[in-house]
Amino acid sequence: MSSILILEQSLNGLQFGLMLFLLAAGLTLVFGIMDMINLAHGSLYMLGAFFAATLVQATGSFFLGVLLAIAATALAGMLLEVSLLRTLYQRDHLSQVLATFALILILNEAVRLVWGSDAALSMPAALSGPVELVPGLMYPSYRLVIIAVGLAVAVLLFLLVTKTRMGMLVRAGASNREMALAMGVNIRGLFTAVFGVGAALCALAGAMLGPLLAVQVGMGENILILAFVVIVIGGIGSIRGALVGSLVVGIVDTIGRAFLPLLFGAFLPPQFASAAGPAIASVSIYLLMAVVLYFRPQGLFPARG
Amino acid sequence: MKTGIAQIVAAVALLAAYPLVMSAFDNLFYVSFASRVLIYAIAATSLNLVLGYGGMISFGHAAFVGTGAYVASILVAEGVTSAWIGWPAAVALSALAALVIGAVSLRTRGVYFIMITLAFAQMMFYLVTSMKAYGGDEGLSLPARAELGFGLDLGNEVTFYYVVLALLLAALYALHRMNHARFGRAVVAIRENESRAEAIGLPVYRTKLACFVIAGAVGGLAGALLASHGKYVNPNVLHWIQSGTLMIMVIIGGVGRLWGGVIGAAVLLLLEHLIAEYPIGWLASLAPNYQQHAGLGVGLVLLAIVLFAPQGIAGLFSRRARAS
Repeated sequence: MSSILILEQSLNGLQFGLMLFLLAAGLTLVFGIMDMINLAHGSLYMLGAFFAATLVQATGSFFLGVLLAIAATALAGMLLEVSLLRTLYQRDHLSQVLATFALILILNEAVRLVWGSDAALSMPAALSGPVELVPGLMYPSYRLVIIAVGLAVAVLLFLLVTKTRMGMLVRAGASNREMALAMGVNIRGLFTAVFGVGAALCALAGAMLGPLLAVQVGMGENILILAFVVIVIGGIGSIRGALVGSLVVGIVDTIGRAFLPLLFGAFLPPQFASAAGPAIASVSIYLLMAVVLYFRPQGLFPARG
Repeated sequence: MKTGIAQIVAAVALLAAYPLVMSAFDNLFYVSFASRVLIYAIAATSLNLVLGYGGMISFGHAAFVGTGAYVASILVAEGVTSAWIGWPAAVALSALAALVIGAVSLRTRGVYFIMITLAFAQMMFYLVTSMKAYGGDEGLSLPARAELGFGLDLGNEVTFYYVVLALLLAALYALHRMNHARFGRAVVAIRENESRAEAIGLPVYRTKLACFVIAGAVGGLAGALLASHGKYVNPNVLHWIQSGTLMIMVIIGGVGRLWGGVIGAAVLLLLEHLIAEYPIGWLASLAPNYQQHAGLGVGLVLLAIVLFAPQGIAGLFSRRARAS
């Protein structure tokens, strides 16, 4: 129990938070612009990881394989948007929930049919070793790469949303869709593009996390709910909110799991601590969400205004 | 909702005669299976109250079913075997859970509400999974079903069926009465136009919360029955896929229709059972493993219903579309 351990867990939290951000960013824009709930977002994450597993093996290069997987998933996402999701924008939320829930079932089985229940995706050999960050802290270099990629994408996305014309249209759409339409914004095309970007980010997260977690059917479902928590905390439609929410959720979750059992052990009798520690740790982010919502029902950075 | 008295009497008579016929053929498995269908019918009906009548898209209903199931199971595991204690306790604690979750969630609306109910249900799922003393993710096996007294043995499949049937009919009757009472009208009015309901002086937040809590309580009852029925409970009863499945039942049956939950539960569970147990020759020769991919079929059917028959099966039988 030292500053080294705390630093290590904080880095883990940062790494997890940044990957959550990749998922949450696409999700929050889809929600924000079209007011559409898309449960199948997690399925795109799964699809991206499976594409990456196959393509990394086929090309023999991790970098190239992941790049191709991102392109393939973006294409799949846009195809999905044009063929099916587009018809759901005008429907009520219940129809959207059920249709995209059906999509989860369908995509899960489709992946099972094509790939089986899981696939192997290992990190590149050059990145599999640890590096010594500060004396006494050996940190896996692959996780550092994830942090670097996550930060780079976050910056790129931020620039895309705040500095480009497309970003301006996206923000206009998220802030007031009718007004943006009235001003002549091509929301349809814009949304297909946004959906493609969201799918690409999903694939990136799935491919990067694949070697750390397992590439398996259903992998997208638990992380999808975390992404929901993130955008509820951050405020729907806000990239800034998604970033802050992701980092908060990633760090609270990781730190909570690592230290709450220890903390409880220091104060409470062991049999109670061993039961309560993991329980509280696993619900900590949901409690956080409840507290945020109680004070700010629209999240920390509401995009609509 | 123009189901005639004659049709209702016929349906109830059929349901009442069913276990007698089945036990005459010595087929207790199908009595037990029917009990399961009826329990899910209670759960789906309770969700329909929130979803269909209240217009609140709660994606976390499994949390309340699961709370009821766990409360009832833990009491039995601790030696409190009387259903008169276990089931009311399950109902009370599920209602409490619904009160807390609803009080926070109902401050929000739209997409937020969907995601928050989902997240809270997932929180309950993790909470239950971390309860190592009661099986953790392995689940909890019970020595026997709860005891009802009065010479009624719930271990007997036929008796259990009638108890479940009585509770289902009571729930349906209560829902029917509620529909025609002030409270039910207020719930529907809020669904149709919240601002207008508020403007004419209805206590919107309180009415929605009450509706949410009642549904949670009934869901808890279904959970307690479910735990008793299988003599086993595991965290999967709280998983969000379970919430999704309950929603599928409601939408298949008919959103905001009295019999929607019952029809949906029956159709979905029967389909699942038929697909798993009775291989279809030509389909099996075409795709040998198709039974392991039942999710694909369920997904495609659900998608088709959402896109082409949003009124559900109950909607197909009724010429008058629900005003929405």
